[in-house]
Amino acid sequence: MSQALSLRNLSPRNMGWHVSPVGVLAACVIAFWAVMAMVGPWIAPHPPGQIVDYDFFGPLSAEYPLGTDYLGRDMLSRVLAGARFTVGISLAAVMLACTAGIVLGMAAAVLGGWTDTAISRVLDAVSSIPSKLFGLVVVAAIGSSIPVLIGVLAVVYTPGSYRFARALAVNVNTMDYVTVARARGERTAYLIRAEIMPNILGPVLADMGLRFVFIVLMLSGLSFLGLGVQPPNADWGSLVRENMGGLSFGAPAVIMPSIAIATLTISVNLLIDNLPTRIRDRSE
Amino acid sequence: MTLAQIRDLRVGATTDSGRKVQIIRGVSLDIAPGEIVALIGESGSGKTTIALSLMGHCRPGCHIASGSVMVDGVDMATAPERQRAALRGTTVAYVPQSAAAAFNPATRLIDQVIEVARIHDLMPMDQARAKAVEVFRALALPDPETIGDRYPHQVSGGQLQRLAAAMALIGDPKLVIFDEPTTALDVTTQIEVLRAFKSVMKAGGMAGVYVSHDLAVVAQIADRIVVLKGGEVQEEGTADQILHRATHPYTKSLLAAFHPAPRATAVAPSKTVAALEVQNVTAGYGMGRDGQPRKIALENVSCRLDKGRNLGVIGESGSGKSTLARAIAGLLPPVKGRIMLDGHLMEPSSRARSKEDLRRLQIVFQLADTALNPAQSVGDIIGRPLTFYHGTKGAARQARVAQLLDMVRLPQAMRHRLPGELSGGQKQRVNLARALAADPEVILCDEITSALDTVVAASVIELLKDLQRDLNLSYVFISHDLSTVEAICDEVMVMHHGRVVETLPADRLTQARDPYSKLLFSSVPQLDTGWLDRMPLRAAI
Repeated sequence: MSQALSLRNLSPRNMGWHVSPVGVLAACVIAFWAVMAMVGPWIAPHPPGQIVDYDFFGPLSAEYPLGTDYLGRDMLSRVLAGARFTVGISLAAVMLACTAGIVLGMAAAVLGGWTDTAISRVLDAVSSIPSKLFGLVVVAAIGSSIPVLIGVLAVVYTPGSYRFARALAVNVNTMDYVTVARARGERTAYLIRAEIMPNILGPVLADMGLRFVFIVLMLSGLSFLGLGVQPPNADWGSLVRENMGGLSFGAPAVIMPSIAIATLTISVNLLIDNLPTRIRDRSE
Repeated sequence: MTLAQIRDLRVGATTDSGRKVQIIRGVSLDIAPGEIVALIGESGSGKTTIALSLMGHCRPGCHIASGSVMVDGVDMATAPERQRAALRGTTVAYVPQSAAAAFNPATRLIDQVIEVARIHDLMPMDQARAKAVEVFRALALPDPETIGDRYPHQVSGGQLQRLAAAMALIGDPKLVIFDEPTTALDVTTQIEVLRAFKSVMKAGGMAGVYVSHDLAVVAQIADRIVVLKGGEVQEEGTADQILHRATHPYTKSLLAAFHPAPRATAVAPSKTVAALEVQNVTAGYGMGRDGQPRKIALENVSCRLDKGRNLGVIGESGSGKSTLARAIAGLLPPVKGRIMLDGHLMEPSSRARSKEDLRRLQIVFQLADTALNPAQSVGDIIGRPLTFYHGTKGAARQARVAQLLDMVRLPQAMRHRLPGELSGGQKQRVNLARALAADPEVILCDEITSALDTVVAASVIELLKDLQRDLNLSYVFISHDLSTVEAICDEVMVMHHGRVVETLPADRLTQARDPYSKLLFSSVPQLDTGWLDRMPLRAAI
């Protein structure tokens, strides 16, 4: 009887791998933007930097499906090219922030004592600096370039990731299996890698997705303030800023990059909310 | 005339993974007024589910599929929620397993106890308070006039459990459901609580449903016992019938598990080097400025374990028995004293110990659920000590894992499973196999059978005995359960408040001289319906 039951349970749905349609849709949108970030510049109908239309803030048309911008450049091409900056920079920054945060968080939880206090207080200090202000000062001081942007975003979002990972790791650290490993004489690196990390991975990945959204928004904010990606290149935030003047004309040029930002960030949020339970909650 | 009548009850449930199962399969049960019926069975047998159905309540994910639950003329299975709510507390009341979790820590006890009267508007509040004091007195609570003014953290666990009963009794229910109310209590406390429950129920003429997994406890309080397994009634009869003339094989196995075969000691105490010797160990938690722990959990503890023999450590919660295991394993380095393994002095902290010392002494924890990494397969869990201590890799490691699984009587296919896919008993066997993988000489067993069902626990004890015979192991067996300690140990050390009270040979426990150990041994319920009534009343130590 139990044999029959256990066999019947092995379908993906019963193993907690059930996926919802909303999650699938969100994943498709994210995949679309990820592909565009890679191949966007090559499939763009016009060179993104070239003035192709005599009219500025042109309407939607067959030739320029998303209209033209304040100089008469093709918006579709510019949004596709901007995907590379927005997605690329955000992805690099979120990777750096979360890797640093998770590694430090687990180390602090396992080592405890002074190490924990030192790391926690330093990162508390970092997180006490207002993030936009920090970005403004650093970019104003050493100028804007892509590596600087990635660095600033990573530094701003490391403390949050650290707090999250540490809180999870502290819970796992008190489990008997970690105590058994300690009593066996295992080294700290093994404890972190084999005993702690696999058991916090699910929630940490979900957190990483959310942090990616925050970074996209902050990057767009910095670009909007003119501190992000510099002309003639433009990420979505810069595109909004450039075309601000078209707002009063109801030009599509200012709406389209905003829609791009919204679709990406909302999709990431929806994907995380609809992740299969197996990934989201590994306690089962 | 019956007070409650369950007919062909079926309860369905949806598991977390979306699978539908039937957890109660056609149970019928009668409860007469003033009668106490015990539901007994292992975890998952459906005993709590049946008891809750008497209140028309199902836990989240469960639903009553069919059947009727008539309580005092109302079918709780089909009655509207409003009517059920009106009956809860006044006709049917509930005493939870963990009173500590059932009380709101921010409100005075009296206000929580009379809440039932307030919700149902049964009587003026002053009258309810006066009545609560009466109930406190009937339950033999100390200072009945003033105990209600305290907060939940200001009373002991046994008192809190009695207060939870007072909360249930304030509305003069006709039927009280006790859901394992003494499982979390120490034996010396359990006896007082049982006595209080019994006298109050008798005096009030109330009917009761007593849910438990412990036959000996149930024997003291129940008129009738219903044995459940897998959501079905296995056997039903008066307490005497079940205890002395059980007919169903499952009931017999439950009874047999209560009397584990005593250990046939082969090895005489030797005068040579002890396998493990603890000398005057003091340990505690929270380091103070002066290098002394702020809270002393172990004080000047000494014990000796000879090769091939077993030492039982017994005591109530807070007696320091688990701390002793942690101190020996070096997880909580002692501030004073020496720990010798096979005549060789070990460092106090596990970090400072050599790999060889660590290998020879292994520890097995109580909760197999938390002692196995949920993200590692059984094969990896057992294989890690092999690689760590012996450097075994590849095919040799595979072969040794297979051997170890065989030793703990688990099938080979288990190696690919994750701990979440094993039963409690299987997990505890994997837990043991991991300790055995190190080829240890001494294994510290910290309450390893406490979380297991009686029958499963008995089989784990048998396994430990067999392994000892084959591998020449010595166990330090920590438990609060005297009968398991008697079953496996040669010597029993009684601990109280972090000190050793007495050490006795396991076959001469009745000759205890210390008053505390006498009290502890005599408080263990016997499989005998008259035991509680014969126990002399006495003040707690």
